[in-house]
Amino acid sequence: MDLKDIDKLADLARLEMAADEKEQVLKDLTSIVGYINQIQEVEIPADLVPVYDLKNVMRSDVVTNESGEYTDRLVRDMPASQDGYLKVKQIL
Amino acid sequence: MIDLKDLTIKKAHDALKKGEYSVRDLCQAYFDVIKEKNSDINAYLEIYDDVMTQADAAQKRFAEGTETLLTGIPLAVKDNILIEGKKVSAASKILENYTATYSSTAIKNLQKHNVVFLGRTNMDEFAMGSSTETSAYGITRNPLDRDRVPGGSSGGSASAVAMGGALAGLGSETCGSIRQPAAFCGLVGFKPTYGSVSRYGLIAMGSSLDQIGPMGNTVSDVKILHDALSSYDPMDSTSVPLNSRKEKKESMKPRRIGVPVECFKGEGIDPEIQAAFSRALDVFRGAGYEIIEIELPLITYSLAVYYILMPAESCPF
Repeated sequence: MDLKDIDKLADLARLEMAADEKEQVLKDLTSIVGYINQIQEVEIPADLVPVYDLKNVMRSDVVTNESGEYTDRLVRDMPASQDGYLKVKQIL
Repeated sequence: MIDLKDLTIKKAHDALKKGEYSVRDLCQAYFDVIKEKNSDINAYLEIYDDVMTQADAAQKRFAEGTETLLTGIPLAVKDNILIEGKKVSAASKILENYTATYSSTAIKNLQKHNVVFLGRTNMDEFAMGSSTETSAYGITRNPLDRDRVPGGSSGGSASAVAMGGALAGLGSETCGSIRQPAAFCGLVGFKPTYGSVSRYGLIAMGSSLDQIGPMGNTVSDVKILHDALSSYDPMDSTSVPLNSRKEKKESMKPRRIGVPVECFKGEGIDPEIQAAFSRALDVFRGAGYEIIEIELPLITYSLAVYYILMPAESCPF
């Protein structure tokens, strides 16, 4: 990774970053990528059997709360709202 | 004057039951400590304004004879656990004005016992950190030595209990955030097995790792709290149903403790800590436990695994 990658990520995340901040982030991200290299070194023995008793947790994709149940409480905390919608500055 | 120094949940319960003091008296005793110490320690971000109302509700349970071990026990709550109607900010300015829209299951489980929530405690912002120095509301100091950190991210709850500003506390842990500050502050901290305590209403950090858990002065206090926190909750998709839990309540045999030797060799461990660990093993041997050295050859990679999984899970928020 180099500073160009950081520029690209900052652009995608809509972040303005000072040069020294970019250096710091580059350092942090490089160390995280380093961890991936470390994991890739591991040789798993062929006879290794996972002992975990894992089960999938599945359910139908249905709404479990009543429509509008939390709307008032959420809208109340917003600086601006209209007709039950939250008002924010246009970003795109 | 209530002696808070060696107080445990059981002792406080017995005193409340006998009427040696009231729940209000107990809360007031903690308030006095908080007033004296919190401006310097910065364990609490907010003391709730309804503490005495909670105390009265708890007192009523004693009057009715429907109290439990936890009724009226004053607790500190980490600032990432939702209590409906109360502010919860995860120590961030982003959530400075957020009022919880619902209560977490952990809180509801404790409310059944009418515990008293004294206030919300400082933490590393969004629970990402291990020193409580990254809060947007200032650092928390270690009550045992104010020039040192209390650990983190649940450093506020640890300091609140260690300074005598709560009988016990709630923390949350992704990787170390309960146990490490508890150790730094001379307390007992417990990270429950993943799936035993509901994550519903906990501001998430790494959802495949997060658990809410207790911090206290003794193992018994922590056990009492954990027993109350632990439940099956359909609102948490990874909550483990009770019939799938392999609890070995009946038999505590064999009394055998495995010690992963790799973790206690090598660099980075203070000789004082090494010695304390050896002494702890002797205590368990003395109590009739067999200590067995076990090997976890892949454990050296656990940090790397954690620093891949955790940022991947916590980035989306």
